Amino acid sequence: MSESDITLKSGRADWLGGELPYAIPSKKLGMWLFIVSDSITFGAVLVCYAYLRLASPNWPTPFRLSSIVNGAIMTFVLLSSSVTMVAAVEAAKHGRIAASVRWLSATMLGGVVFDILHIREWLGLIHEGLRLYQNPWGSSLFGAAFFTLTGLHMTHVTVGVIYLGIVAIGFRRGKFTSDDVEISGLYWHFVDLVWMFVFPLVYLLSARMH
Amino acid sequence: MSESTSHDLSKAGMGWFLKIWGVLLFLTAIEVFLAYEDLPLHIMLILLMGISIIKAALILAYFMHLRYERSTLAWTLLPAMVFVLVMMVVFFPDSVRIERLGEFLH
Repeated sequence: MSESDITLKSGRADWLGGELPYAIPSKKLGMWLFIVSDSITFGAVLVCYAYLRLASPNWPTPFRLSSIVNGAIMTFVLLSSSVTMVAAVEAAKHGRIAASVRWLSATMLGGVVFDILHIREWLGLIHEGLRLYQNPWGSSLFGAAFFTLTGLHMTHVTVGVIYLGIVAIGFRRGKFTSDDVEISGLYWHFVDLVWMFVFPLVYLLSARMH
Repeated sequence: MSESTSHDLSKAGMGWFLKIWGVLLFLTAIEVFLAYEDLPLHIMLILLMGISIIKAALILAYFMHLRYERSTLAWTLLPAMVFVLVMMVVFFPDSVRIERLGEFLH
């Protein structure tokens, strides 16, 4: 159901708190509820990471300047993909289907670039000796905490790229509406939002100082 | 927060989104700069988390469009979520206790 349907069926645009407290399609409310529960999942993993760090006197700070620069570029890519996502929603809402699909593809490209940069970062650390339960720098818990947190986020980015691809194909074929594009956008921005906490907590607080 | 049920994205056109993008990149640059400042860990943590919360709020309000929804949506979703996240902090005194325990053992 689109926003205009809601207005049409009820006949009034205002004072519908009793019938339509949020005045949004039910799919969108569903996505918001998922985002709330998923942010609590990420919150738990982030708190777990911070707990382990505080509880370990020898928490490693393995991230060289190249890793921090890499992370900053990843942040830039993800933030930019949020802007292309907004452009996709804007085009979809104005009925410009081809433009919307192009912007969705650009957003997916951003997600893929993010994943590639992140996997390259992982491989570099693994090459230096980082394993799930051991590493050459300090507390052996670092590997498990690092891979769980960044791996969970990377999974979300990957799932997001697939989700946007399905929405883009469905939208072009007329199976999905502009609301579906907007709802997929909510998920994408949320994945971006989570990275805004992962990057400083994991990378910036563990920068190697020399 | 707007009471309007309207969905009009033109209220926050692309120019405005690009400005938000610029602010988010600027705040990220400040965070990266702070990472190489010689600050005590707790000050660093407060600064970085403070900036991250501002960034999250900007993404929620503009990119996720929450500012232009009915305020009931934000009031339904956010307080409960923030409450649960804050309650998780209850574990932290315990993490410090373990470190102190190590001092006593030696």
